[in-house]
Amino acid sequence: MDTDLTGAEITIRCLQEEGVDYIFGYPGGAVLFIYDELFKQDKVKHVLVRHEQAAVHAADGYARSSNKVGVALVTSGPGVTNAITGIATAYMDSIPMVIISGQVPTHAIGLDAFQEVDAIGITRPCVKHNFLVKDIAELATTLKKAFYIASTGRPGPVLVDIPKDVSQQKVPFSYPESVSLRSYHPVTKGHSGQIKKAAQLILEGKRPMVYAGGGVILSDAAPQLTELVRMLGFPCTNTLMGLGGFPATDKHSVGMLGMHGTYEANMAMQHCDVLIAIGARFDDRVIGNPKHFFNEDRKIIHIDIDPSSISKRVKVDVPIVGGVSDVLVELIKQLKARKTKPDQVSLKAWWKQIDLWRARDCLKYDRASTIIKPQMVVEKLYQVTKGDAFITSDVGQHQMWAAQFYKFDKPRRWINSGGLGTMGFGLPAAMGVQFANPRGAVACITGEASIQMCIQELSTCKQYGLPLKIINLNNRYMGMVRQWQEFFHGNRYAESYMNALPNFVKLAESYGHVGMKIEQPGDIEGALKEAFKLKDRLVFMDFITDQTENVFPMIPGGKGLSEMILV
Amino acid sequence: MRHIISLLMENEAGALSRVAGLFSARGYNIESLTVAPTEDPTLSRMTLVTVDSDDVVEQITKQLNKLIEVVKVVDLSEGVHIERELMLVKVRAVDKGRDEIKRLVDIFRGHIIDVTDKSYTIELTGPGSKLDAFLNTIDRSTILETVRTGASGIGRGERILKA
Repeated sequence: MDTDLTGAEITIRCLQEEGVDYIFGYPGGAVLFIYDELFKQDKVKHVLVRHEQAAVHAADGYARSSNKVGVALVTSGPGVTNAITGIATAYMDSIPMVIISGQVPTHAIGLDAFQEVDAIGITRPCVKHNFLVKDIAELATTLKKAFYIASTGRPGPVLVDIPKDVSQQKVPFSYPESVSLRSYHPVTKGHSGQIKKAAQLILEGKRPMVYAGGGVILSDAAPQLTELVRMLGFPCTNTLMGLGGFPATDKHSVGMLGMHGTYEANMAMQHCDVLIAIGARFDDRVIGNPKHFFNEDRKIIHIDIDPSSISKRVKVDVPIVGGVSDVLVELIKQLKARKTKPDQVSLKAWWKQIDLWRARDCLKYDRASTIIKPQMVVEKLYQVTKGDAFITSDVGQHQMWAAQFYKFDKPRRWINSGGLGTMGFGLPAAMGVQFANPRGAVACITGEASIQMCIQELSTCKQYGLPLKIINLNNRYMGMVRQWQEFFHGNRYAESYMNALPNFVKLAESYGHVGMKIEQPGDIEGALKEAFKLKDRLVFMDFITDQTENVFPMIPGGKGLSEMILV
Repeated sequence: MRHIISLLMENEAGALSRVAGLFSARGYNIESLTVAPTEDPTLSRMTLVTVDSDDVVEQITKQLNKLIEVVKVVDLSEGVHIERELMLVKVRAVDKGRDEIKRLVDIFRGHIIDVTDKSYTIELTGPGSKLDAFLNTIDRSTILETVRTGASGIGRGERILKA
């Protein structure tokens, strides 16, 4: 009996063994054997996108909203180069993904063959790891390693490049139960001595602050974070990537911090005396100028799974390397075992100060405006969806308004490209989110510039009947570019005006979707309600918004946390 | 400060480019880099010399450790260590100069490993500073060609780097 399998069969069997239910891809010459095997089975369902970038973003959205490894399949050459933006997006936000790419046959590698590109070389700077499988005997183990590396430690995308002849050759198949790599031992548990030091420092704080990032989401530590903050009664701020890690409607939440964070979050961050940084990396959009950050004296505890994230931009006092979830469990245990509690008198005074900052009402905008204010659209969306939708976004002003005005109480509901800032991410990511959450309400908050970067995916949505709600905040400008040009470039709006826009309603309709154009503030709520009633239809909602609305507060580049421009 | 970093990594195609790529992507400088397989053919050992602040070097070692194919990293300059570099120098050697060069090579405990009627090829081993000293001592105009390997390093005594 011949039990040998081809490389293509092995690839699909490995995906089945890993429990992969959806992969997102686009066929081509180098992956034809793999597609042939996909065709012969129905456990792994393939979603055909319209551009490889979208395949990777969709796999990414799938992973972010489900905590499963997202899988994309692309062909060699242009298939890989088109996928790069998606891979880099996932890499910057530490998203677990496996990207399988076809490659020209091994004998043709290096000979400038048709559709050949050095996939390993071109993806090296934007993957956690990558493999070129030259020997079919190593295919199954390599795929196992890829899933293992992608999903453990600090997660990230892993690319497996499979030459066409390898997908055609045959070997006996067995899928390894587990793999171990002598050079890869991700930590999970934190050092108990360090956690003890952290507990001590936490209890000494007079103006303490919790600063939580995307690591909380990635390690599914929202319940532990919530318990810790409520137990201590400390203020908690979330980064753009960490929204939903702590309930935004909780009284301890001071909202998002950073370049477009709230006044109270940024001021509290600047003036706290003990800072507990959890799964966050002090990046430039979060603390602004690090020198200015150190104008104030404070002790910093930093919990992160990646040692290289610690003391990279900011020197810390108590580093704890470990999985956020495991470390928080241990920290809570140690704090509970102690007799002492945080000093309630100083904590009360600290909250009084924070409430004064809060009273500045930094997110206020003109609610009586006769032109649609983009903030109002997000607020109404929040109300209509009862705060329970999955929200993806593209990149720019709309992304910031979404982050400021949609109150995320649950993790994995806010899906955006925070690190790379990829315009075009929102729609394909929403597709992945919808596949992972078939019954969930999924909305993509976007702008007329971003949406056009992957608008071809309206076709994919049609093919799979994805009932997404696209909230297009249409101000006829690349809004964030325009805002910077207004603030820092003397109102010279160089190439930021979106001329010759399509009729989005007709465009949506031409793909078989529902299109709506909303021009009056009074129509926002009704239109949203109507759209969400259409449970099995994609609705493209084109909101004609105020052209010159700006995002406030804003920390200009190079400035410090307390140097915000306020409305 | 000058740091000499030693690392063990999987002896696989592409591992070297990951290290080199890391340095260029993050803007770290490499003064020298040398690499070859060890007694265990599945492992390569690399010695890297870099000059940067201690903070940056700490980031370098952390980032190197993050590379999946890197098995172990040690900053040799944190303790006592020995480093050696090999240099080959081809010099013009004619007439009286032949004897003078021979004497200089002996003083530096080098060897002449190739001879023609017009040139010597000299082999010299030692810490980089010794090789520099030799080049500074010899009549520069006689140098035809030099090739240096870059530093290799090893910890003294019980300091052992093993997988």
